[in-house]
Amino acid sequence: MANPDSRPDSDSGPGFRTLSGIPVDSVYGDGPLPGEFPYTRGVHAEMYRSRLWTMRMFAGFGTAGDTNARFHELLRAGGTGLSTAFDMPTLMGRDSDHSWALGEVGRAGVAVDTVEDMVDLFAGIDLGAVSTSMTINGPAPILLAMYVAVAEEAGVERARLSGTLQNDILKEYQAQKEYVFPPRPSVRLVTDVIRFTTAEMPRWNPVSISGYHIREAGSTAAHELAFTLANGFAYVEAAMAAGLAVDDFAPRLSFFFNSHNDFFEEVGKFRAARRIWATWMRDRYGATDERSLKLRFHTQTAGVSLTAQQPEVNIARVALQAMAGVMGGTQSLHTDSHDEALALPSEEAARIALRTQQVIAHETGVAHVADPLGGSHYVEWMTDEMERRATDVFVHLEDLGGGSILEGVYAGIESGWFAGEIADAAYRYEREVNAGERIVVGVNAFTEGNDAERAKLLRIGQDTEDLQLKRLAGVKQARDDRAVADSLRRIVADAGDPTTNLMPALMDSVRVRTTVGEIVEALEGVFGTYVEQAVI
Amino acid sequence: MADATPVRVVLAKLGLDGHDRGLKVVARMLRDGGMEVIYLGLRQTTSSIIDAVEQEDADVVGISMLNAGHLTLGPLMVDALADAGLDVPVVIGGIVPDEDLPTLAAAGVAGVLGPGSPAADVVACVRAAVAGRGR
Repeated sequence: MANPDSRPDSDSGPGFRTLSGIPVDSVYGDGPLPGEFPYTRGVHAEMYRSRLWTMRMFAGFGTAGDTNARFHELLRAGGTGLSTAFDMPTLMGRDSDHSWALGEVGRAGVAVDTVEDMVDLFAGIDLGAVSTSMTINGPAPILLAMYVAVAEEAGVERARLSGTLQNDILKEYQAQKEYVFPPRPSVRLVTDVIRFTTAEMPRWNPVSISGYHIREAGSTAAHELAFTLANGFAYVEAAMAAGLAVDDFAPRLSFFFNSHNDFFEEVGKFRAARRIWATWMRDRYGATDERSLKLRFHTQTAGVSLTAQQPEVNIARVALQAMAGVMGGTQSLHTDSHDEALALPSEEAARIALRTQQVIAHETGVAHVADPLGGSHYVEWMTDEMERRATDVFVHLEDLGGGSILEGVYAGIESGWFAGEIADAAYRYEREVNAGERIVVGVNAFTEGNDAERAKLLRIGQDTEDLQLKRLAGVKQARDDRAVADSLRRIVADAGDPTTNLMPALMDSVRVRTTVGEIVEALEGVFGTYVEQAVI
Repeated sequence: MADATPVRVVLAKLGLDGHDRGLKVVARMLRDGGMEVIYLGLRQTTSSIIDAVEQEDADVVGISMLNAGHLTLGPLMVDALADAGLDVPVVIGGIVPDEDLPTLAAAGVAGVLGPGSPAADVVACVRAAVAGRGR
């Protein structure tokens, strides 16, 4: 067996050569080179020669024990990071025994009610050695508190923990719609987490500013870019307003983009994202630390592009989209499984998706050279065009916000502007497909083979819900109810004082086995609940 | 088929799932297909949907689910409408594996629309559901 960790430039390696033996340089063309401001060509000089992207596969279903088994399988198969999908009740801050949770427990992610579930989720995994991403937004501070509590109970101090909390609430109002509280108190929770991790968890990314969901909801590539960066600027403004110095927290802000079907549009989008972020952080927000200027991002292939018809064809779509992410200089990558238009990924489909990344990394040679498409007339034009279109959006938001991007984003959420733009683009696309102006293989053309027998899908049964309800009842039975009530009173008091960081009270509360739902309801009492105006 | 009065459709996300791209697209497809759409949006319950059906005198309910909860929530919606004495069919849109279709049909779900359904199919499915009322 070859060792995938021994890179071509290791002492025993052959050096970076093409398949037929031609030696290649780490970069071609003129400056600014990769690793140089404004980082259009990449954040590191050597890019994947120095370190391959992290192959981070998103997983979560059923009970914590079910997902833990999938985590172990992905790590055995060569995955290099963990990424947790929570079920809908957890994402919405509701316990498994809440009436709204009926039928949704463990179905689209893993159910987590108390820290006991978190213990099972990471059983047998050394949290000091692995990096973990958690896709959670409304209740994000509570899940972070649980993760820290689990690590510390296992003897790993919080400063050693490495990972990412999605914690990007603004895009929830715009696109994914998994919010609980109104925007302003929610952004206060985001800044509480930023302050907490900046002080105590230097290896942790407190926010993953996400365009992925904006794009999945139907936006154009340019709007994905623009809305995401605007949300990033909004968090920077909020954290600075809360008294943090930009260079203290900005180096740990991270991003998350979609990689869709139009190859060069995607590559242009990634390159433009780096250039805009670096320029704005330096010139507008006064950042001087080079790390504050470097936009690092995770990429996921476009779930929405996957077809239920001839699902094996999705393997090809995913490979091409993943290639765009790598050519665009991503720091980590999730490749979708080909069965995701039908169900949650089966183990076999998830393995093929991971293997796709391994083929790109180890067989194609694209990782040998940084920004291999830089200098292409088309790619450079597309990069400039993406930047121009994003700038138009920033001007509009500044206008809405009286010069503040943060206020402009609030205004755009409350007026339904973001959601309207996204819905318009989604419908435009569907009409084009319907009219046959766009070909989607297997959907409106090349449909022979659509009736072929389907592969085995992952099913989550009602027994998961029953099991989780039993577990939750057991934890509630065994805990100290007075300690829970005391901890909730402190959370309410701290929530009422915007200058107090909620994280310490949350940490103490999850340790005494308070549930996610109990904490969220206590916070709703102070912050209120957000209901969007439904527009089509 | 020419209607004297347009079909009135209540569209809702039943449950906690927030993915509303598909439902919004369907809303516009039905509107462009000549129907009157009452769009309730996110986080609806069976009772909020029934209230809307009664107030709006709706002919059909469309619920969207991408959270794998359809086997629980689909029949729940059908039964709740029946319990309320309403002869109003239910169409489900979202990610529903083929093998679940017979179960949903047996539970009284009038139609299921998967990802990528063309506008003509969406409109036809809703019309067929309305035409099948009272059977």
